[in-house]
Amino acid sequence: MSHHRLVKAAMVAGFAFLWLPILLLVIYAFSADRIPFQWGGFSLRWFQALAANERLVESALLSLRVAAGAATLAVLLGGAAGWALARFGPFRGRALFGALIGAPLVLPEVVTGLSLLLLFVALDALTGWPAGRGATTVLLAHATLGAAFVAVVVQARLAESDRSLEEAAMDLGATPFTAFRTVTLPLIAPALAAGWLLAFTLSLDDVVIASFVSGPAGTTLPMALFSMLRLGLTPEVNALGAVVVIAVGGMLALAALLLRPRRG
Amino acid sequence: MKPLLRAEALTKRFGGTLALDALDLEIAEGEFFALLGGSGSGKSTLLRIIAGFETPDSGRLLLDGHDIAATPPWARPVNMMFQSYALFPHMNVADNVAYGLRRAGVARADVTGRVASALAMVGLSGFERRKPHQLSGGQRQRVALARSLVMRPRLLLLDEPLGALDAGLRERTGFELRALQRETGAAFVMVTHDQEEALALADRVALLDGGRIAQVGAPRAIYERPASRFVARFLGAANVLEGRAMEGRFDSAEAGATFAGDIPAHTAAIALRPERIRVAVAAEGANTARGVVEDVAFRGDDSLVLVRLTGGATLRVAHAEEDGAPPMRGADVYLAWDAEAVVALPA
Repeated sequence: MSHHRLVKAAMVAGFAFLWLPILLLVIYAFSADRIPFQWGGFSLRWFQALAANERLVESALLSLRVAAGAATLAVLLGGAAGWALARFGPFRGRALFGALIGAPLVLPEVVTGLSLLLLFVALDALTGWPAGRGATTVLLAHATLGAAFVAVVVQARLAESDRSLEEAAMDLGATPFTAFRTVTLPLIAPALAAGWLLAFTLSLDDVVIASFVSGPAGTTLPMALFSMLRLGLTPEVNALGAVVVIAVGGMLALAALLLRPRRG
Repeated sequence: MKPLLRAEALTKRFGGTLALDALDLEIAEGEFFALLGGSGSGKSTLLRIIAGFETPDSGRLLLDGHDIAATPPWARPVNMMFQSYALFPHMNVADNVAYGLRRAGVARADVTGRVASALAMVGLSGFERRKPHQLSGGQRQRVALARSLVMRPRLLLLDEPLGALDAGLRERTGFELRALQRETGAAFVMVTHDQEEALALADRVALLDGGRIAQVGAPRAIYERPASRFVARFLGAANVLEGRAMEGRFDSAEAGATFAGDIPAHTAAIALRPERIRVAVAAEGANTARGVVEDVAFRGDDSLVLVRLTGGATLRVAHAEEDGAPPMRGADVYLAWDAEAVVALPA
């Protein structure tokens, strides 16, 4: 019995360690006091102030657009790469391709950010595209990072499934395209959904890479937050945190629902 | 019978290894054919070439007289049952079986009927809504079989069809496979590494070695008349003894014995099955030998006795239970066999 209690206590302590700071942030978002983390009675004034802060709202909307675009692009590129790595056999340059796809996973973000910045500047000078830096370049950079994660997830999913499945489909009269559509795609769909959410979250979260490759018209929410912090903290930040926590929590619940093991 | 499938000088190379070496083969309509061989013998490559998953480097593959070597798998009237069964995990049993019919554009009403009768044929009526992960190994095998047979193929390929089943289920499933083959009238081509399976199920067996056919024929014929040392050893683990043929006799120094029987002049070696050798009280002349018992292993209906002959070779002798107790280890024994038991190997 005491052993059971100990386990329970450890679990509570663990959750407290993880969630208490976030809980505090959400609670103090509803405080009326000017000073963050000082209780001044229940109030929604900081949420109102947040809604009125056009710069923040704009950067939040931009972040969501960039994250959605980057996640979609990452799923397309990373999904194809993961499929190729898992199913195309030992093609020429496979090892190099795998290493390059996975590079953003292990490279420091500063290096990724800087190298992408150099690429965009050089491209701009050579071809005139992308003209300057902003939301587009952030989207492309985040798609690069997200594709690495999607490729890994998709490759793992395919590696654990039988590679004769596609052959069986073709044996039964399916062209390679039909076999992909009716067998491969349903198999990797949960991995693609999980990869999309991963890439979306990564993009929403990133300050470092965005700071490198962004320009005047490309201030994402984390960047805006970061610059606000330098000027001094207001409970507006708490309110914003609360909104983000609730939004992310909702999305995670959705992801869990999508990825739940289906039976019968 | 008319040949359904004909392979002419099929050759396939993977990098530096020769998987198929100018292989010729004929499979008749409606026969149960087994491709038997060890790993690396080329049997799986041949099956994959027939299915269309590999293209031969050279040679021709004729189905009903038409060369199909360049036809992709989805356009061949050939279906395959995979060793892993390869059931689509996200589809239920009915959708798995209906998959090929839907690709072929069969009308919806006909699909339902054909799926139901295919499942009835393999004894899985009532399992339509189950997912593959809810089935036992034997049931999965039947679904895979139904999924191939529902296409009414002229030729069904089976890759180690009994390989993933429990020992108890194998025998029964083997009989069922043969019944299905007779019922559907399709030609079955089975790949296996298990000689018992091949001999028991097939009308004809081809034994493959190094990408070539070592021997092809009815199970009894190749078991009793092996064409080479390799075939004799592979099927039933016969004793193979080296020596020289002269004047209708075969002298083997390593056996310390002379073999008499039907021995042509070009005989390269002699095969002698363990169950055809008996322990004798005394021995003299041809078709007898002398040796010391090295070891005895009880196997249920018989005992395997290893006898080191005076010439140095070790002979495997199957001593039947009804012949009394087997000789003890270390005992001096005489061995004898009939002239009909002596099989002359030309190569």
